[in-house]
Amino acid sequence: MSDRVILRIGAKVLIPFILIFALYVQFHGDFGPGGGFQAGVIFAAAFILYALVYGLENADRVLPPTVVYVCAAVGVMIYAGTGVLTLFLGGEFLDYNVLAHAPEHGQELGIMLVELGVVTTVFGVMVAVFHAFAGRGRVER
Amino acid sequence: MRILGYYNYWVVIFLMMVGFYTLISRGNLVKKLVGLTVFQTSVFILYISMGKIEGGTAPIIMQGQHVVYSNPIPHVLILTGIVVGIATTAVGLSLVVRIKEAYGTIEEDEIHVQDDVL
Amino acid sequence: MAGIYSFLSALLFTTLDAVDVAFTEASVGAGISTVLMLGALALVGKDCKPRTRPAILPLFVVVVTGLVLVYGTMDMPPFGNPDNPIHHHVAPRYIEDSFEETGVPNIVTSVLASYRGYDTMGETTVIFTAVVGVLLLLARGRKASGAEPGGARAIREAAGGATGGAGPVGSAPGGGPPSGGTPGRGPAGTAPGAPRQREREEEGGPSDE
Repeated sequence: MSDRVILRIGAKVLIPFILIFALYVQFHGDFGPGGGFQAGVIFAAAFILYALVYGLENADRVLPPTVVYVCAAVGVMIYAGTGVLTLFLGGEFLDYNVLAHAPEHGQELGIMLVELGVVTTVFGVMVAVFHAFAGRGRVER
Repeated sequence: MRILGYYNYWVVIFLMMVGFYTLISRGNLVKKLVGLTVFQTSVFILYISMGKIEGGTAPIIMQGQHVVYSNPIPHVLILTGIVVGIATTAVGLSLVVRIKEAYGTIEEDEIHVQDDVL
Repeated sequence: MAGIYSFLSALLFTTLDAVDVAFTEASVGAGISTVLMLGALALVGKDCKPRTRPAILPLFVVVVTGLVLVYGTMDMPPFGNPDNPIHHHVAPRYIEDSFEETGVPNIVTSVLASYRGYDTMGETTVIFTAVVGVLLLLARGRKASGAEPGGARAIREAAGGATGGAGPVGSAPGGGPPSGGTPGRGPAGTAPGAPRQREREEEGGPSDE
């Protein structure tokens, strides 16, 4: 595929930056626009770009679909688990004030945990849906 | 002139009607889904435009300055709405793929014909 | 086209000071939604029937609805006015107290994750349920699964499943369908042969007779 050399080199250069940008968006969601959803979608976009350029088999080897499905479920569990954790620590469900010694630190910690859950689920969902659509052959009549 | 103050609603209504028309008049299932997406986006624009304040800025607090912030609550609602919207579109598109496999077509009237025959 | 539309609406959101929403709409709408549409179109084909008869009734319904809505907006508050009732009930409390109570400058994030964290949990569950639905419908197992309306169609689709193919394109191998006229199914996925086990999402796995 010599005519796709530009595409492959370009993707190879871009994908690490996309991943780092996704991490940046995730952790700077507190200070600027961003947060869990956007970061999860950008994460997924990096993997989808890889799958589009290098083929679905290579993408399956890099990130097996089973891992992706587990990610989607684990994210929801992290979110709900944070709520249950606050229940055990004496507060209400999803009351972040009890997570640390001071309410503001508890709030920041709680927000970081739930955003982690959200980004994992969104990433898993987007990549799983892409795999489902791309892994199916053309419908014959 | 008070009428001109409403132009954002007119833009929204125009987009909404475009989406609505595509939804009910086209027989092709994928076109219906596209119309639904246009409809969804017009509703988002409605909420966001209602939250804007003249001379306001993005609702990110800048320390020590007295600025007017635009209303953050519609932003929160629409953020959720966008994500749920694409989830619905994804399920809808996968349903279309399965319908194509089961009926061999994605035109609505041909599907009805096959249903009546069966 | 859909990508351009999403980018335009993202620009519109930016000019309306909704930077978070613009970010999400740009990435989600222009990225994922376009990819999904293209993927679905690649699977079902781009042919569509041209319009056979003029659509008078839908046009009439749409015009009437539009006029009624325009009439309804006459009572709405004007655009951008800071005295609108929307800005006076809950928003001032969020704007003023958000930084002291949560320590997070981005009000949208603090409202989304802390003040209304329960809604965000519901939303995360919704997209998780959506992926379960999509996986049920487009499972890459050997047999079909998902909600099949009627036993006849289930019979038509049985045993048309795929073996482990080398790629997503190809023709359905052997295993003739029992009743005629079955649309063949493309080969399942690209994994080396092993049927997908997705016990976490559904009980009973993706196979269905």
